[in-house]
Amino acid sequence: MHLAYPAVLAALLFAVGLYGVLARRNAILVLMSVELMLNAVNLNLVAFDVWLRDTLHAGQALTLFTIAIAAAEIGIGLSIVLMVHRNRGTSDIDRLRDTKEQPAAGEQPSAEEKAEAAA
Amino acid sequence: MTLAAEAARTAAHGFLSPTGVEVAFLLVGLATLGAALLTVTTRQLVHAALWLVVALGGLAVEYLLLTAEFIAWVQVLIYVGSVVVLLLFGLMLTKAPVGRSPDADSGNRPVALAVALAAAAALVWVVVDAFRTTWIDLDGPAQGSTDVMGQILFQHWVLPFEALSVLLLAALVGAIVLSRKKKEDES
Repeated sequence: MHLAYPAVLAALLFAVGLYGVLARRNAILVLMSVELMLNAVNLNLVAFDVWLRDTLHAGQALTLFTIAIAAAEIGIGLSIVLMVHRNRGTSDIDRLRDTKEQPAAGEQPSAEEKAEAAA
Repeated sequence: MTLAAEAARTAAHGFLSPTGVEVAFLLVGLATLGAALLTVTTRQLVHAALWLVVALGGLAVEYLLLTAEFIAWVQVLIYVGSVVVLLLFGLMLTKAPVGRSPDADSGNRPVALAVALAAAAALVWVVVDAFRTTWIDLDGPAQGSTDVMGQILFQHWVLPFEALSVLLLAALVGAIVLSRKKKEDES
């Protein structure tokens, strides 16, 4: 098999995931796009491992580790999103602007109070 | 690699006559890519998770075509089996709207499209230019069978494997701590 097929597919999947991360507003949809990007990397790892005929099969072992880390990441990420949703009533990334620097100070006591109450 | 050897390899493989594996890889890859595109563009949140199932399942088939069968089954078990279910639970618990939600995409969509297209163009150009005359030799015994992977994993990769189990435990504890409801008198 030509090596360009899996490599190009992985590159395109990565670009699709990149678009999703940047364009989505819901935090869970952003997590889905992150999964797509991780899977693109996995495909690259497997393809290059099979191409190089590595005796240690480092690529496939690393793919397994990436899959496990992705599972851990999705668990932590979802619990963070759930906590944010419980405290703020929304999981829209665009509305979580508490750390944004305000042009004129003194206009944001409500958001700060909310964050302190959540902490 | 000299030019003559490169030409011989190209002639041996036939640049414009794809093999059956390549055709299958291409078709499944197109389906996977389409499902991924629908995942990031659909306005129905639950449909996005279901399209993600199609994309991840397609990737499992691609692993099978690359003779990495153990990775393929792990992909089916962990991604399709648990990650997507976790995502669906997350959508349910954050009270995501079931129907069409008009605000699924944020305002910086054109910028995101430009960045993604630039990244795709750059990556595809580099990759195609670099691996124009490279072929994967898929003949011989499967390189990613469960037998091979088990031996490799438990002979050479035991220490990372154990470290990973500690990481998974830490992630589990962290998720429980994060999602536990706080008592009222604590806050």
